[in-house]
Amino acid sequence: MSKPETSPTGWLEARLPIVSAFRREYVDFAMPRNLNYLWNFGAFATIALALLIVSGIFLALNYTPSVAEAFNSIETIDRHVSSGWLVRAIHMGGVSMLFAALYVHMARSLYYGSYKTPRELLWLTGLGLFILVMIAAFAGYILPWGQMSYWGATVVINAMNAVPVIGPALASWLLGGEGLGSVALHRFYVLHFVTAFSIIGVIVLHVAALHVVGSNNPTGVEPETSDDVVPFHPYYTTKDGLGLCLFLMVYAVLIFFAPDLLTLANNYAMANPLVTPGDITPEWYFAPFYGILRAVPFKLGGLLLSAGSVAVLFAVPWLDRSPVKSARFRPVLRWALLGLFIAFIALGVAGMHKPTGLWLGISRLSVAYYYAYFLLLLPFLPRFEKTRPVPASLRGENR
Amino acid sequence: MKRVLLIGLMALPLTAQASTPEQRGFQVYRQVCATCHSLDHVTFADLSGIGLAVADIKAYAASHQVPDGVDDDGDPKTRPARLSDSIGSPYPSEAMARLANHGDTPPDFSRLAMTEEGGAGRIETILRSYEPKPAGVVLSAGSYYNTAFAQKHIGMPPPLHDGQVTYADGTKATLPQMAQDVGAFLDWVAHPHRSARSHTGLAVLGYLAGLTVLLALLKHRVWKRVKENRQ
Ligand code: HEC
Ligand code: HEM
Repeated sequence: MSKPETSPTGWLEARLPIVSAFRREYVDFAMPRNLNYLWNFGAFATIALALLIVSGIFLALNYTPSVAEAFNSIETIDRHVSSGWLVRAIHMGGVSMLFAALYVHMARSLYYGSYKTPRELLWLTGLGLFILVMIAAFAGYILPWGQMSYWGATVVINAMNAVPVIGPALASWLLGGEGLGSVALHRFYVLHFVTAFSIIGVIVLHVAALHVVGSNNPTGVEPETSDDVVPFHPYYTTKDGLGLCLFLMVYAVLIFFAPDLLTLANNYAMANPLVTPGDITPEWYFAPFYGILRAVPFKLGGLLLSAGSVAVLFAVPWLDRSPVKSARFRPVLRWALLGLFIAFIALGVAGMHKPTGLWLGISRLSVAYYYAYFLLLLPFLPRFEKTRPVPASLRGENR
Repeated sequence: MKRVLLIGLMALPLTAQASTPEQRGFQVYRQVCATCHSLDHVTFADLSGIGLAVADIKAYAASHQVPDGVDDDGDPKTRPARLSDSIGSPYPSEAMARLANHGDTPPDFSRLAMTEEGGAGRIETILRSYEPKPAGVVLSAGSYYNTAFAQKHIGMPPPLHDGQVTYADGTKATLPQMAQDVGAFLDWVAHPHRSARSHTGLAVLGYLAGLTVLLALLKHRVWKRVKENRQ
């Protein structure tokens, strides 16, 4: 295979074998032949992130992180910078598309047991990515310095202040000691792009871990013979490509025909510390966590449960005691998991409403179920659940 | 006959004052609302987006004075506004705006059609909902009876009256007509790139749709191999 040193590729190969590495990892790489379209969503997330970074760089060329100028500079980008409105729409839409892709990606991993041995590190690096994406999105939303930017940040800072002993000190250290002003805004700007760029590095880890153990598949049965696998190219390049086109079409519809779905109109009014908006609502992708925060009558409790809802995910590979990976063969878990997805969505809807009456009831019930799923059902269900027979090979299901 | 029609059509853009709702709305803004309301984020040059002639915009800009640093004695100087300046506010400061309006500030118009719940339609309704105060209702100084609000009053004096402006295109300037026109103008001000947005969107979607079809065919052909050699 190896070319003589005299050819340009041979010369490069002898020093830095990136061409052969690329061939090995992205052309010949063995993939289970039975992946469904839910395995596209990792690629969707990667593309959404790439578009976010590129559009973000162009936004940064014209953005000014100060209380006096931030709102102005965003208006200038939107109105006067050529194609600025387009760049901004791509960036704002990209966040929603990234979160949507991530939620499906995570749901897929939960359903097919992709977090189980030997893929624990994939799950953990994935969660690291999820947290980084949340931090970047939170910091980014403050930058335009609209009413929701300001008051959304205030909610989070107040929650932080509720942490005993270290809370207030931590908050004032983060904000630079003078509350939510220019110093803090500048810091959120730096935090925003530093987390955004670190995400790239963690994606490299995530995908490297994937390429050590290979992809899981809908049966949860590891591929064994060469009949079980197909090379990544051309099989999954075409399948991912087709999926990506559809993903980009949804993205395009969102930014070109429904741009108002992406922002709360309130954020087009400049931040005013003297005017509290009627109800402070989060962006949709934070709504479930906001729902948990407000389901609890005292701040610290809400904060703990909200942070805990992400923290508990880190333990999932060890909480689930069943040897069967795919929920296809777990008749009870399948419904229990559907319940988890419904509870999470219900929390999101409740998070967009004032926490009173029915909405409060719904969010409390959902929080309880969310925790019960992870802390009770995952560890104890395998003792009672009668699983369906798992096929001997991943092709078994096709016969 | 045909020829006459053709010549008539060709001459149309030059002679007729074919003004759009946005252009008429701008005239209402300029002659009425601009005494109190600012357009902080909109520049004079932006007005070409509703099809105003550059010469007209230049003349409009030149009628505004903007601060221009200080002279050699340290006294503030002004100069006529240029195309790249923002249309800005009629008041030198927010405090002055408040003082002139019984303690209320006239909100900036740049995004009002977006932040106002109900958009341009709501603005139109507000302008049309001034009514004589019913007997027995007491309003404080600087408050005006308006049925568009739950509390039935607003701090803005009724800005529009029938025939207040004279439209260059001959449209009759009734109050509802002016309200609708200024609503259209404010809607454009809040969404200046709406038409570019939908044109670009259609092009992008068309391109992606074509690509989707090609990739679907390709994917189908590639995967047929796997399906065929299945035992
Ligand atoms: C004499 C000064 C003045 C003029 C002229 C004027 N406004 Fe106002 N406007 C105000 C003030 C003051 C307020 C704030 C009222 C309040 O807060 O109650 C206001 C508020 C508004 C509001 C916000 C109402 C709300 O929901 O609170 C709209 C919309 C509006 N004006 C539209 C217009 C339009 C359109 C014109 C031109 C046709 C116009 N105004 C002309 C002084 C003026
Ligand atoms: C920026 C965020 C992320 C990117 C760009 C990303 C990217 C990818 C890609 C490209 C794949 C392979 C294709 C696929 O299986 O879909 C993958 C697999 C995987 N990811 Fe992610 N991911 C991200 C976040 C996450 C998160 C938040 C989790 C879960 C907490 C996660 C868990 C996994 C798992 C378990 C797999 C292997 C799935 C399997 O083979 O069945 N990832 N990721």
